[in-house]
Amino acid sequence: MRPPAIGVNAARFAALYRAPPIARAGPACAVLSPAVTDMVIASAGAAVKLARIDDRPQQPEQETLRVQDLEQFRLEVRQWLQDNCPESQRQPATPEEQYWGGRGGHFPSDDARLWFEHMRDRGWTAPEWPEAYGGGGLDPRQARVLKEEMKRIQARTPLYSLGVWMLGPALLEFGNEAQKQRHIRAIVNGEIRWCQGYSEPGSGSDLASLQTRAEDRGDHYLVNGSKIWTTSADKSDWIFCLVRTDPAAKKQEGISFLLIDMASPGVSVTPIELISGESEFCQTFFDNVKVPKENLVGELNQGWSIAKALLVHERKLMSELGSDSPRQQVAPTAAAREYLAFDNGRIADAQLRSDLVDYDMQMHAIGLTHFRCFEEKAAGVQSPAPLVMKYLGTEAEKVKSELLLAIMGSRGLGWEGDEFTAAELDTLRLWAMSKAMTIAGGTSEVQLNVIAKNVLRLPQS
Amino acid sequence: MALVLNEEQRLLRDTAREFLDQRAPVAALRKLRDSRDATGYDPALWRDMAELGWASIILPEQYGGLEFGFTGLGVVLEECGRSLSASPLFATAVVGASAILLGGSEAQKAALLPSLAAGDTTLALALEETHHHRPHHIAATLERGDNGYRLNGHKCFVADGHSADHLLVVARSSGDTGDRDGLSLALVARDAPGVRCQRTIMADSRNAANLRFEDVAIAEDAIIGEAGAAWPLLEQVLDRGRVALAAEMLGLSREAFERTVAYLKERVQFGVHIGSFQALQHRAAQLQADIELCHSVVLQALSSVDDNPQQLPLLASLAKARLNELAKRVTNEAVQMHGGIGVTDELEIGFFLKRARVAMQLLGDTGYHKDRYASLCGY
Repeated sequence: MRPPAIGVNAARFAALYRAPPIARAGPACAVLSPAVTDMVIASAGAAVKLARIDDRPQQPEQETLRVQDLEQFRLEVRQWLQDNCPESQRQPATPEEQYWGGRGGHFPSDDARLWFEHMRDRGWTAPEWPEAYGGGGLDPRQARVLKEEMKRIQARTPLYSLGVWMLGPALLEFGNEAQKQRHIRAIVNGEIRWCQGYSEPGSGSDLASLQTRAEDRGDHYLVNGSKIWTTSADKSDWIFCLVRTDPAAKKQEGISFLLIDMASPGVSVTPIELISGESEFCQTFFDNVKVPKENLVGELNQGWSIAKALLVHERKLMSELGSDSPRQQVAPTAAAREYLAFDNGRIADAQLRSDLVDYDMQMHAIGLTHFRCFEEKAAGVQSPAPLVMKYLGTEAEKVKSELLLAIMGSRGLGWEGDEFTAAELDTLRLWAMSKAMTIAGGTSEVQLNVIAKNVLRLPQS
Repeated sequence: MALVLNEEQRLLRDTAREFLDQRAPVAALRKLRDSRDATGYDPALWRDMAELGWASIILPEQYGGLEFGFTGLGVVLEECGRSLSASPLFATAVVGASAILLGGSEAQKAALLPSLAAGDTTLALALEETHHHRPHHIAATLERGDNGYRLNGHKCFVADGHSADHLLVVARSSGDTGDRDGLSLALVARDAPGVRCQRTIMADSRNAANLRFEDVAIAEDAIIGEAGAAWPLLEQVLDRGRVALAAEMLGLSREAFERTVAYLKERVQFGVHIGSFQALQHRAAQLQADIELCHSVVLQALSSVDDNPQQLPLLASLAKARLNELAKRVTNEAVQMHGGIGVTDELEIGFFLKRARVAMQLLGDTGYHKDRYASLCGY
């Protein structure tokens, strides 16, 4: 190799072309890949990539070791799940079969209880939280292995919980020690069911205009107002709320983050019936509710920054709904085989075939991008990708639902009754529900505003 | 981690960007176009690219290659997409080198690869016979002759067809036009008797040619791979080419998009920067989202060439289809958002628009790859 001729530093050039062996080596050890059938994961070559953590070539031995540790962990997890996950818990859960915990929570079956208790005892209802508060203490790669292994045997989520998914991470970041001691373990153990109080009838996309007041009354806050779209408020024990504590300040600067016991006098809940026929969402009213001051999370009037951090969790959660839905929706490809005519191995309807392949390619790309987000986070690489995922994931869910209706034809339009299969009826209800996905947690239009502002740095009007 | 570049790959990218900024910016392509340059690229530039190792990135060390992997080649292609640099990189270092590497005998590899690696020999794949990509629709014939074979037929849309030293010609040994069986890959010197070449001036001001072969004598040892059974080899080579074009289109799309976003922050109308208009913000944000997806797709497709070849057909079609659509959408939006100046030849955006259309047609348009992806998925 001759030295470079043109304006390229020779040392850099040498560095470029002296690749340490690890960068070129194949898998560093025999790797057990999770036997996933999912095309995205298979093509993501999860096992190969785990074995080729070669972005820090200066520490090849340590990296190889970590891979081996991780594969050892995978073996242990696989065995543990084999021993502890009851057979009945290794299939998708219908909404009635989900365990949400809380004071009024009931287990749909003895197996569900057993499975929950096994997972709880290892802290694996919240695998990445600190062991000191009852969490599993796993690092992100281990948590991913656990997730993959659970997915491999279709193990159910043992505890469905807004506390785990949303409040917990915020409390761990912003809460004081007393709050962590009191609430985190109760979340891990499924003792308290939480709901979220953000939106108000007059404050949707413009969340920061919220009007629910919390007045300082010496030893407590007095809360008045109402929250809307409080998911499952009628079944929840506590609510985490954004409340206005300084009406005179600029709108984002007078907001605080408050925890309220739903059993407090003055709290009332009304369910809202949706176009899907379900009533998961509620309106929650606060009429002179006394809230102890110790329930303020973070500093007074600094709640907006907590809310924003929490929204990141919510959006990440929503962006992954497609790949990790609690409901089991028919896959469009499987539906196509059941409901469509084929001609020479191809779907005969050219339009539907084209729509289906567009959807499959979009989901393939979204799956790869989720994986990239994970790898970038692990490698400490900054990227705009996480900011676009809520928009993409929820829009794709809507496309999927429309596609399923089109594939099923009139069989996908049954509202109720025995003339339709459960999957057909579910498809229609999920289609109606999918319309909420691009509205809740920040509308698609708000997501695009966020991308324009925070990624593209376009001037704000 | 296949979806995150490692330190060396990032260094390769930065070096490539710096080099191309200096030596082959869009202005260099304009100059080649305006001077009606006969070669269609600057041979001195190609020599320097070869010195940087770009001609040999994927080749094994034993043939003078860098053995840096296909992802390494991909980051260079992405940068070439940003600068629209004309060079034999695609036809020679991606397609030609892959064909010899994957299909060549030991003797053929020893004879050709070191010279390819050094940038001394250039290749071009002569495949298409119609105005759409139909890789097994081959009527050109390769018939047994006295000493070897005789090649007859015509080819079109051959990238670097008029400038390459050797042509890799796809021809039929048996069967009917449209059959996958019966295809052969023959290596032919471009100046061999019976080869006629007509350069075609294309929208992108890059190299393409129509070729005609009349009783061209082909020696026994000029057949790459097995005569009459070239389809599996050809498909692998084409998939590598498709992934490479996807990487180029990713760079092209990013550059056109970044220039457009910069313009939105600069252009003032109605007393404000036009980038403050939500109508434009949302369109730009949607493009950003699509670019993020395409970025992941291209990286995965690149890494599958080396790490997971059984997934390559699916990923190559995913990448080519998605990047075709991205490049089309971004370049159209780039022109529209630039307004009047966007349709002038003075602004370089037009070069991105035109190159995108050619890259979209090369080795399969969106419809071709959607159909292939669906078939691979079993519907």
